[in-house]
Amino acid sequence: MKKTFLMTILLISMPFGFTQADPNTVNHLLTVYATQGANTADAQQGKALWQKTFMGKGEFSSRSCASCHTQDLTQAGKHIKTNRQIKPMAPSVNPQRLTSVKKINKWFKRNCKWTLGRECTAQEKSNILVYIENESKL
Amino acid sequence: MKSTLAISAVVFTVGILTLPVVWSDNDFRWGKMEEQRHKSSDVAAVTNPLYKEECGSCHMAYPPGLLPAKSWNKLMSGLEDHFGDNAELDEQTAQSISQYLLTNSAEQSDYRRSRKFSQSIKSSDIPLRISDIPYFKHEHDEIPKSMVSENPQVKSFSQCNACHAKAEQGLFNEHDVRIPGFGKWDD
Repeated sequence: MKKTFLMTILLISMPFGFTQADPNTVNHLLTVYATQGANTADAQQGKALWQKTFMGKGEFSSRSCASCHTQDLTQAGKHIKTNRQIKPMAPSVNPQRLTSVKKINKWFKRNCKWTLGRECTAQEKSNILVYIENESKL
Repeated sequence: MKSTLAISAVVFTVGILTLPVVWSDNDFRWGKMEEQRHKSSDVAAVTNPLYKEECGSCHMAYPPGLLPAKSWNKLMSGLEDHFGDNAELDEQTAQSISQYLLTNSAEQSDYRRSRKFSQSIKSSDIPLRISDIPYFKHEHDEIPKSMVSENPQVKSFSQCNACHAKAEQGLFNEHDVRIPGFGKWDD
């Protein structure tokens, strides 16, 4: 009886607290990137790219993904220029992450251009996606 | 005795039933008064959810009544280099946001402060920064560097909400100013 009750509570609360990054969103994008030439995604490579420093023009001559998001995906970040708080990237602490293809495309485009000075390749995007998705297992 | 009870019951019921009417009327008038007060001193609050989401994720969503339409137009046509950051939007989103900004720009607004912003700009100028507008400069000319650019908790005049806590609601009343590390502003 008690078990049934607990299970019911658990099932009811799933959509609220236990939702994880929608695997379909990530899988869909990985398939798209594969058609654009990406090989199997590599989370370690993604992590290395996340922390790699690039040269930039103007105010922030050295920049990386971590400049704003920090190196710890479970922590909140801060926009390097405006100080605006950025919610954590890790789906384990922020279930909203990796749930919208539109948002992922938008931010990859903007942030790759600012950080790397060019758009990211399909391979780089695959690697970053699986790094963010699996950060807790690395 | 019975009739007294009956009358009391009727009075009570009528009273209860009319209360919401009286209250709502009061609310209505109170709302109007508040609106008038804001119009005479502030700028219109940010209302568009798309604008809040798209622009407000990197910086405070500046009330559209702080810049004239010509400035919003120029800003929206150069988002790939937005003060050094890339802020590109897809065409549909950009169009929808532009429309919101243009219809609520400073010269379209009947809020007093918006009018002041718009009237202080030379017709030949197209300022991109709110903080470059003469009315803005005039209002902030007594504030020492130590409180803004040299203050690590503020850094720049672009961070309206560092000192004006209700900036996104369009409220810039001087008495509500709290400067981080310094407290209440008193001139």
